[in-house]
Formats: sequence, C-alpha cells, structure tokens
Amino acid sequence: MTATQERPSDEVEKEIGRDRRRKEDQRLITGRTRWTDNITLPGMLHLAMVRSPFAHARIVSIDTSAAKQATNVVDVLTGADLGEALGVNINAWPITPDQVTPTHSPMPSDRVAFAGEIVAVVVARSAAEARDAAELVDVEYDELPAALDLKESAADAVLAHPDLGTNKSAYWVFDSGEAGTGGSVEDAIAKARTDGIVIEREYRQQRLIPAFMEPRSVVVDPTGEQLTMWSATQIPHILRFALAATTGVPESKIRVIAPDVGGGFGGKLQTTPEEWITWAVARRLGKPAKYTETRSESLMSGHHGRDQWQKLTLAAEKDGTVTGFKVDLLADLGAYVSLVGGGVPVLGAFMFNSIYKFPAYRFAVQTVLTNKTWTDAYRGAGRPEATYAIERIMDELAVEVGVDPLEIREKNWIKHEEFPFTTVAGLEYDSGNYEAATARAKEMLGYDELRAEQRRRRESGDPVQLGIGVSTFTEMCGLAPSRVLGSLDYGAGGWEHASVRMLATGKVEVVTGASAHGQGHETAFSQIVADRLGVAFEDVEVLHGDTQVAPKGLDTYGSRSLVVGGEALVRAADKVIEKAKPIAAHLLEASVDDLEFSGGRFSVRGTDQGMAIGEVALATFAAHNLPDGVEASIDADATFDPEAFNFPHGNIINPLIVSGQVHGGLVQGIAQALWEEAVYDDSGTLVSGSFVDYLLPTAADTISFEIDHTTSPATTNTLGTKGVGEAGTIASTPAVVNAVVDAVRHLGVNDIQMPCTPERVWRAINSAGSGGSTEGAAMPHFESGGEMGNQEQPGTSSTEGAGA
Amino acid sequence: MIPAQFDYLAPTSVEDALAALSEHGDDAKIIAGGQSLLPVLRMRLNAPEMIIDLGRIESLRGVRDDGDAIVIGAMTPHAVVGSDPLVGEHAGLITKAVEHLADAQIRHRGTFGGALAHADPAGDLGAPALALGAEFVIQGPGGTRRVAADDFFVDLFETAIGEDEILTEVRVPKHTGWGSHYEKFVRVAHQWPIVAVAATVRVEGGTIAEARVGLTNMGSTPLRARGVEEALVGQPATEDAVRAAAERAAEGTNPPSDLNGDADYRRHLATVITRRAVLAAAGA
Repeated sequence: MTATQERPSDEVEKEIGRDRRRKEDQRLITGRTRWTDNITLPGMLHLAMVRSPFAHARIVSIDTSAAKQATNVVDVLTGADLGEALGVNINAWPITPDQVTPTHSPMPSDRVAFAGEIVAVVVARSAAEARDAAELVDVEYDELPAALDLKESAADAVLAHPDLGTNKSAYWVFDSGEAGTGGSVEDAIAKARTDGIVIEREYRQQRLIPAFMEPRSVVVDPTGEQLTMWSATQIPHILRFALAATTGVPESKIRVIAPDVGGGFGGKLQTTPEEWITWAVARRLGKPAKYTETRSESLMSGHHGRDQWQKLTLAAEKDGTVTGFKVDLLADLGAYVSLVGGGVPVLGAFMFNSIYKFPAYRFAVQTVLTNKTWTDAYRGAGRPEATYAIERIMDELAVEVGVDPLEIREKNWIKHEEFPFTTVAGLEYDSGNYEAATARAKEMLGYDELRAEQRRRRESGDPVQLGIGVSTFTEMCGLAPSRVLGSLDYGAGGWEHASVRMLATGKVEVVTGASAHGQGHETAFSQIVADRLGVAFEDVEVLHGDTQVAPKGLDTYGSRSLVVGGEALVRAADKVIEKAKPIAAHLLEASVDDLEFSGGRFSVRGTDQGMAIGEVALATFAAHNLPDGVEASIDADATFDPEAFNFPHGNIINPLIVSGQVHGGLVQGIAQALWEEAVYDDSGTLVSGSFVDYLLPTAADTISFEIDHTTSPATTNTLGTKGVGEAGTIASTPAVVNAVVDAVRHLGVNDIQMPCTPERVWRAINSAGSGGSTEGAAMPHFESGGEMGNQEQPGTSSTEGAGA
Repeated sequence: MIPAQFDYLAPTSVEDALAALSEHGDDAKIIAGGQSLLPVLRMRLNAPEMIIDLGRIESLRGVRDDGDAIVIGAMTPHAVVGSDPLVGEHAGLITKAVEHLADAQIRHRGTFGGALAHADPAGDLGAPALALGAEFVIQGPGGTRRVAADDFFVDLFETAIGEDEILTEVRVPKHTGWGSHYEKFVRVAHQWPIVAVAATVRVEGGTIAEARVGLTNMGSTPLRARGVEEALVGQPATEDAVRAAAERAAEGTNPPSDLNGDADYRRHLATVITRRAVLAAAGA
C-alpha cells in the first residue's frame, strides 16, 4: 500500500476557477427529472382549489353538494370542515414587538382578504375531474369594501381586516443618532436647508411577481411512519419546522423533500396555504394527494414582491458631499404578513447608505395591510429598493451640483484604503475597491466618449438622444450571522450545515443543507470538494433537499449558499482530512507529524511513500487494521455561522455560473425598470394576471452584456467568496432608470415612474416643465397633508415629470 | 390549466366539416391552429361541447397562383406563408407581417385563416389583408361566397363568417413591385402589438403613385387609414411629405385604453408608426 497513481498536486488542475458546465443541466433542461408534478404515487388523489374572485368579502355560504356528486370526486372540503387540522400560515419575523399580525388561515371560513384566496378544495381521482368539479362549488359572498391603494390604506381609509382596527402593521425605525453609528439626520437636513442642498423625492417601487418557471406543486404521502411532503420550495427545512409547529405533527414524523425545483427568486421562500391544505387533506383521507397550481393561480396567489412608496430627503453640502439621508417607506404587505413579510424592507434598511460614508441616516418603514396578494422576498429583498433610492437621488444631486454622476459618487464613496469600514447603518464592510471597479467600467464602456456623443446629440437636436445611466452598489449577502438575525427578531438562524461522506470506492457524497433551485450548487460544491480533498470533480455527488438525507439546513435564499454553505463544506472536508490522517499514518507506518496532505494524497515527508484519501476510505470501510481507539469512519459534519454579513464580489468558484447569475440578475433588474408591473383594478382584481399583461422579458428582448470583475476576496470565509445571486438584479434597475431620465433630462424631466414604459416617457416629455427640486422647489407632496396618507393614487399619481 | 371536457371531430373534407358544424350548431367550435382557442379553453373562458378540427383537411393548405391573385389556404401555417416565394413576390406586405408575428412556435402551429377568422383587432394579419384588398372565400351549406376585406371584419372577434360557414381561403390581389413594410410597436417581443401599421406603396420615379395603409389595434377591427392614403398619392417619397400625410393616421379611429397604452397615446403612436412604415415601404 505505497505508491499510488495520484498525480503530484502541482500537475492537478484546480477545479476552483474553472468554467465547468453545470452537471445538473442535462436533467433539468430536458425535464427528465424529479419535478414535484412528475411524482405519481399509488392511489394518489388530485386537488383543485376554489378561489375568491373578490378582494374582500364575507363568506355567506359554501354549497359543495353539486361538486360532491361529480364524477370521481372523493370529497369537497372547506375551512370549517378541516378545522384545527388545517393549522395556520405563520409570520416568522415580527419586526416589532407590537406588530399587528392578522391570523392567516390557509382556507378561511368566514372572510376572504384578497382575490385568489382559497375557500374550498375539491379532491378527485384525476386533476381534470377535480378542476371540473371546482366549477360546481357555489360560494355566496357578501362583498366588503377593499383596502387597495397603499397610501389610503396607510391612512386606514378602508380596513383590510376590520377586526384589527387598523391597517398599520408595524413601524420600524433605524436612526444613526440613536444607534450611535452617526449623527442626527434632522440636524443635517436643517443645516443643508440654510447652507447646502436638500433633495426631496418620492419614488414608487412597483409591485412585481417572481414568476418562477416551475409553478408551485406539492405532493403529500400520509402513509408510513413518517408523513412525507414533496414541495417545489426553496426551504424544505424551514417548511418541516413550520409544519411541525403549526399542525401538531411531531417533527420527527415529518419528512420534507424539495426535489428538483425550477426557480424561485424568493417566490418559493414561503410556507403556503396550498401546502397546508394538501397536508390536511392527505392526512384526513389517508391517501397521497397532489396539488399543482396553474400559471394563473401562480401569478395571482403566489407571493408578490417590492411594492413600496419611498419618501426621500438627501442633505448635502454645496460641493455635493452628502451629510445625511432620511428615508420614509410605506411597504405593502398585502392581505397577510407572510413568512418574512415585513422584514423585507428591514433587510433594505442597512443598505440605503450603500457604498457611501455620509455621517447621518434615518430609516423608517410603516408596513401596511391591504386586500391584495401578500408580499414577501423577491430577488434582492429590500436591497434593490434601497439601492434604487440612493442611486436615483445621487443622480439628482449630481445635477444640482452640476457635476458628472460618477464624480458625485466618487466624492462620497468609501475609499479603498478606508476598509474595513463601519457604515452609518452599523455594518462593517470587510473589503472593497470602488475606484478600481469604476475605472474599469468606465474604460470598458468608453464612458468619456459616450458623454461626448451625448453632448453632440444634445447640441444638434438629434431626434435620437443618448441616456447614460450608472449605478454603484453593494449588498449584504449571506443572510447571516445568526446573532445579528436574532437581534432583529428574525425567526431563524443564519448558519449552514454540511456533511462529507467518504465511500469505500473512493467516491464522495456531499450533503448540504443549502437546497438549490437552479443555482448550480451541485457543480460549484463539487468543484470546492474536489479541490479540497484532491478527488476528481466527477467523483463528487452533491445531495440536498431531503430532510432524510440532509437533516440539518437553512436552505437557499439571500445569496447565502456559497458564502455560508460553501464554507460549511470546506470545514467538513477539512475534518475528513484530519480524521483520515492518523489512519493513513498507521497504515504507512509513519508518524502523523511526518505526513503531509496534498493533491488528494497523504505522503510521508522525504519518501515516496504515500496513499490516496480514497485508499484511506477503503481501509476505514474494511476496518481490518485501524489504530487503537480510532472510530471506523472518516466522514465529517460541519456547521458554519459567519461572524458578519458579506458583500459582493469575492473569489469565483465557477466563472460560468457567476456569469449566468449576473446575466439573469441584470435582465430581472432591467425588467423592473422597463417592463414588469403587477396591476390591480379598482375592485382589487389582478389585471396583469397572465403573461399577456405581465410582461416578462424573453431572450428576444435582452441585450448582450460585457461582464468584468474586480475581486476583493472576502475576509470572512476561507474561500474568499461572496454572494452574487442577487447582485445583477439590484444594480441594474437604477442604472437603467438613470439612463432613461438622463436621455430626456434636458427636456425638463427629472423622474419617470417604473416601469418606464414608452407611454410614460412620452407623457413625461410632453408635460415636462421646470426640472429642479431642491429647496424652494420642494415637491408638493412634502407639504400637503404631512403624513403620507393624503396622497395621489399609485399608478396614476406617478412621479412622472416630478418637480414640474 | 385543464379545459372542460369536450368531444372532438377531425373531418377530412370541408363538406364533412360543414355537416358537423350544422349538426352541432352553437355547441361546436372550429379549431384551426389552436393558438387563440386553446388558451381560451384552458382558462375556461369558453367551454364548447364539440371541437371540430380542420387540421386534416389537406385542401385547405398551401399557396397557389391564380392569375391576378395569389390564394392562401386557410389552414396554411404562418411559417409556410411567411417563407412562400409567391407571397413574397406578390404580397410582400404579408411576408413582412408574418416575420414578426408572435413567436416561432406560434408561427408553426397557428394558421393564416385561423388568425383572420379569430379577428383579434391586435392580430397582425388583419391590417395587411385590408391594405391589400384581400377577398375572403367562405363556404357554407349553400355554397361558396366571396367577401371583400372591407366587409369581412365586423367587430371585436366578429367577422362576416356565418355560424354554419367556414373560411376556406384568402385571395390576395397581386401587388407585384409594390414596396411594403409592417411596423409593429411592442414593449416585449412576444406581445400583441400596441399599435402596428401595414403599409404598401407603389412608387414611380420618386413619386408615390398608389398607397394602402392598414392599422392594427386602433379600433374594434383592423382599419384602413384612408386619409393617409389620399394624402400620400402624388407626393414625393420624402420624409417631410410622408410625415405630413401620416399626421392623418388616427382619423376615424377608436383605439382602446389598456395596460399598454391609453387611447390618446395610441393615436400619437399611429402617426409615428405610420410615418415609419410608409417610409420603409417606399424605400425612402
């Protein structure tokens, strides 16, 4: 057992940094895989939901008799029929101790609070028969006035839940003066009013729909010792915990499987009424049951994202040095406070200062209940909203000062020699080099030449005008550490778990608690482990998404899988090496101190003696000749909880995957700027209820991107990695809107509401008047009515041509 | 998305299809390519008891030359129409319109006659058919009749086709040598046009001798922009002249207001898109 075939480590090509094609793509793209809707169990029943067409109504009666008579219908159940067994859908993050949180029954029996809410479920032997019978359920409603407009709802004009007495759910404040992280923003504004610049703006973050590719689907098998739920979810572990906590089934009796999941973007970071109803029905009838939503149901009742009014006051010195930023948000929760719900704007609270080092900051958000679809995380969750606000208003400041938008940013950002830097929001930024990244971007874009062309077009009155938009940004990603989340009353931790199992044949099974839904974990994690253990990429199998296989985990969201889950994996792999070392030493008849591990091989220093880690695994499996007192396993687990959030971009495991993440993110962010908006009519019906009206871009609508990275390796984890999943989305939205406004600013326009449709641009041009809006030209809404209740309608009010 | 239950017939001749149609009357619905009907069924906006599929009637497919007209079979898929050399030579406007109609999948499944019979005012084929003065050949129990394009489109989703009749072919008068262009305004590529303009012109020595302009989604049916046509004739094919004529594009229109644009914006768009379409058609 001496010389092995392993190549010396310097000849082994490193996996980290390689453009590996994703090993999971073949099965995902062809669909020959385990999508939840592909799962068929013996005797399985199918569900169809009966949904409210009204935004707000009392349920007078539900007549299920005709439906029950329909062909192959097994049962028709209402909330009253299922009672306590239904459980409740929970909010895991009450952002204040006094948060007003309506009880969220998965299937209410007395009153519906949004159009699309479920009032009855039909159980039949086929999905088609269930759907047919659902048409026969006769529900009598007594329609109630609906709280729809965000500002009116914030003023309690109409109550979304009359029994609560208010629509105001929670008011959450961060004030740098009070927190000791900076000065008083009111002082900064007062000073700027007398001797500086004050910019006041109000921006609308429209409501968006995550619109993941695979509609949500759930299968429940109530037979056997453990009840099993398959769900198209991002969060199998949190789902298992929530089922146990709310439906009375012991956690040890629950197995949750997220098989292959087709996208989420935060939209599957939820515990849903559909899951709870399917769970209750399967348990009641003792048979497996499946529910798969239609696209229309998905758009209408899967949680939405964004939906804020942002009232902003920026104070600066006359030279453009920002002295304070005050942010007042209204955030639309929809009808219920969802799993993370009100926490989404709070996740943005630490990012409105972005990469800038101004000394005073105040953030306040009022979360508001309305009779619309509930909202929750959507790619970026709070941070795109924050970045949009600061990056839009920095452009306005540049105009006011009369300098280039990049110049105003450079004046205010944290210089590279100032890292690590504790921001006015209290976060410590570990590393960064905005000068280098911006210089590189300017060079790639030919920024100065484009500005020159823009000037030429302006001067010649060219009908085609050029708009140039920039956005700098950072985000806190990784959604960790646990103690910070705890201090925010977040309902879970921020750690991640990993196991590395060495098989007797030298192959490696890696188990991660970060369950992927399209990100490419299987590839990236294989690359990490292949390098760490010195084994072949193909020999690493990544397992995830099944609580029986990966019992511990906190799942995938918030750009956390690599920075938290990847680090857990590294630590588990290192433990494997540590456990294998004494066994290898014993077998090589050498001292542990004389062994070194490199390129997958333990070797005795100064000799040609050595053995591969796979050989140690085989010897451990046989266990014929182990050192005394050493357990017959070199498998290892690790749980990692970072000490701080981290901030993009760091070292890259797989450039191809990073490019894919950035491309997709950019398009999603551009889509908010230009195309997507969930629109309700005056009765609370979702008008953009199909892809005919909810304009999701396709490849035909997108542009080509040139991507370049300037890396500043993270200091908070071994790999030096940082999250990248949300980056493109966050940065691209304000860059595009800045470009649109820049193209027509000379016509007197200083804002255009998102999405910047051609019609909105046209109207802005045609109604543009005086453009500026510093003190003395303060926007009317800042003076009328004081509180934000007395405002125009979203969608019609618009901030178009604001300042006019 | 599961439609309500229905029965299905796939006749192999127009006569059999007509017989089935008269037998089932109001309960029946004809399916051509299904690109409009299937979503309606799946969203349960309609639930016919009988679906009569024209897909197996070979005589309804193909393009042929018939002297002063080309004849397009109603069941000819868009993709076939779009790549047909006869259509390209004598009715280039249709080729241009089909090029960007919906997406590639729909162009292969959807049919020329099916789309016209569906009469969605946002559909891409109505305006070119109007502009080219197409004739619609409709067969019923009493025989075959021809309806001019001006009389074919009656209202929103309503045509001159009777309940017991089937559109069999569309005769398009040859416009050999005419320049043509279909200009479509959309926010995303796969969308129905917010406004589109079909323009075909005959230019003689730099002067517009004849012009036909059709408007998509500017009312409950496709419309002719007759004011523009009149204003163009005799004018030089120049930007200024075309711009002046295009100012009349919204005359007599009644465009809808929806998420993609209010009526006044569509009227504005019509003038801009007409200018672009005519200029491109005239090669100016």
